[in-house]
Amino acid sequence: MQDLTDLYQSVILDHNRRPRNYSVLPTANRVGSGNNPMCGDQMTVYVKLEGDRIADLSFQGSGCAISKASTSLMTVNLKGKTIAEAEAIYAGVHKLVTTGTVAEDDMSDLAALAGVHQFPARIKCATLGWHAALNAAKGDAQPVTTEKPSD
Amino acid sequence: MNAAWKNIRADFPILDQQVNGHPLVYLDNAATTQKPQCVIDALTNYYRKDNANVHRGIHTLSMRATSAYEAARERAAKFLNAAEPGEIIFTAGTTDGINLVANAWGDENLKPGDVILLTEMEHHSNMVPWQLLARRTGAKLRYLPIVAGDTGLLDLTQLDKVLTPDVKIFAFIHVSNTLGVINPAAELCAAAKKVGALTLVDAAQSTGHLPLDVRTMGCDFLAVSGHKMCGPTGVGLLYGRKALLDAMPPYRGGGSMISSVEYFESKWAPAPAKFEAGTPNIADVIALARAMDYLDDLGREAIAQHDEKLAAVAYARLQAEVPGIRVLGPAHHRSGVVSFDLKGVHAHDVVTMADQEGVALRGGHHCNQPLMKKLGLSSTSRASFYLYNTEAEIDRLVATLQKISKFFAG
Repeated sequence: MQDLTDLYQSVILDHNRRPRNYSVLPTANRVGSGNNPMCGDQMTVYVKLEGDRIADLSFQGSGCAISKASTSLMTVNLKGKTIAEAEAIYAGVHKLVTTGTVAEDDMSDLAALAGVHQFPARIKCATLGWHAALNAAKGDAQPVTTEKPSD
Repeated sequence: MNAAWKNIRADFPILDQQVNGHPLVYLDNAATTQKPQCVIDALTNYYRKDNANVHRGIHTLSMRATSAYEAARERAAKFLNAAEPGEIIFTAGTTDGINLVANAWGDENLKPGDVILLTEMEHHSNMVPWQLLARRTGAKLRYLPIVAGDTGLLDLTQLDKVLTPDVKIFAFIHVSNTLGVINPAAELCAAAKKVGALTLVDAAQSTGHLPLDVRTMGCDFLAVSGHKMCGPTGVGLLYGRKALLDAMPPYRGGGSMISSVEYFESKWAPAPAKFEAGTPNIADVIALARAMDYLDDLGREAIAQHDEKLAAVAYARLQAEVPGIRVLGPAHHRSGVVSFDLKGVHAHDVVTMADQEGVALRGGHHCNQPLMKKLGLSSTSRASFYLYNTEAEIDRLVATLQKISKFFAG
């Protein structure tokens, strides 16, 4: 049996209870939305892009502890990063939540998401906000969904 | 309760297992029910002894398969109290049955301006086929609302206002999969008849859970899923009044549904064969008939009482013993479905944590996104009881939810 504290680490619980950057960003010039039709979760991510740099970002929406905490952690970690840097960080997060292994760099508080890999049904929760943010930053206006459009 | 109830848990081999180190407490019966050994045996015996294609064969196995398949139709007609076996069409499930009516009956009979009446508590399966039909024909959708608050009951004071003579069909769910409400089906069918509207009842959550008789109910169509009443997955029933079925064009073309075929035109077989194109789901149909025997041995009235009692106990105990819980649906006269919202804890987190305690729940929008929106929720957690569940399992449910609530309150 997996230990639930692996999934719900204190960092996750804290970001779920007090999500950071949880607001509408008035200066945003990009908005991305993600939804999970299987559970009804919905996240809207606001991005202020300056050149190819994410100058600021925030989010709002409804979701489980994993999706909320992961998106909250994302806003903290992507602020000030270029799109290329943001994509590299997400690659590390994706590896982390699917395999449980940390990429070579120090992932700091993002490492709290490692437990997700033991719960395959929850991986989509952890990646929802990231897809929405990266798509918005890259100028893809399509809302992202955890399911294929034909589903 | 009769003797058939005595060793009921032993009838379901799947229940006897550990999940994540705890004895399984299976409370996801509104999604699918477990299968008794006799149904599993019916499936394996068919494949071991009788498997052959039906209706065309002259050889012994084919005749055996055909007679078991048609006996299942008679059994189903008796189970629903249909006037004759020809009123029973075997389908893939409730969704398939509703789509059959929406296509075969709907395309032929609806025109722009006609109204399809639904209720606000419909499952997506009794909403989307009608949306597609409305798009094809120009007919309009209209909804009978539910009352404000958490009971989820239909607002019957609005019935006369929405059930007007331009309504051609009134399709409604008998028992809500989300809130456990039991709708007054006979009353709704009678009201529809008065304005000349047909009725389709989504009986996925009610057939096999409570006494059901299509002639007393007075419905025109009734759709059923086998897997929600101890039968196999991928099989269901559609009841339709014979005169309606006879007048309807086919839904899908193929073998078995024709009386004669020429290169440019064909003639249809009479119902029900007209609606069963291709080789049917023989094994599952036969096993579903066995499930009906099993349920009738227990008694459907007794099953309904058992479910209602467990739901009432769960409703009261969750409300009283779990901090921050909001239990949805009516407090009385309900099915075995109990949905709830745990304050500050998302349904996904509730279900993941309960699973770690061996308790199988469901969390999400339960295929009813508009209803969730109306309740001001994006999702709920749901415990749903069936004939093999016990009060001791409610103890486990309560203890688990208390633990979850405490964990997140931290």
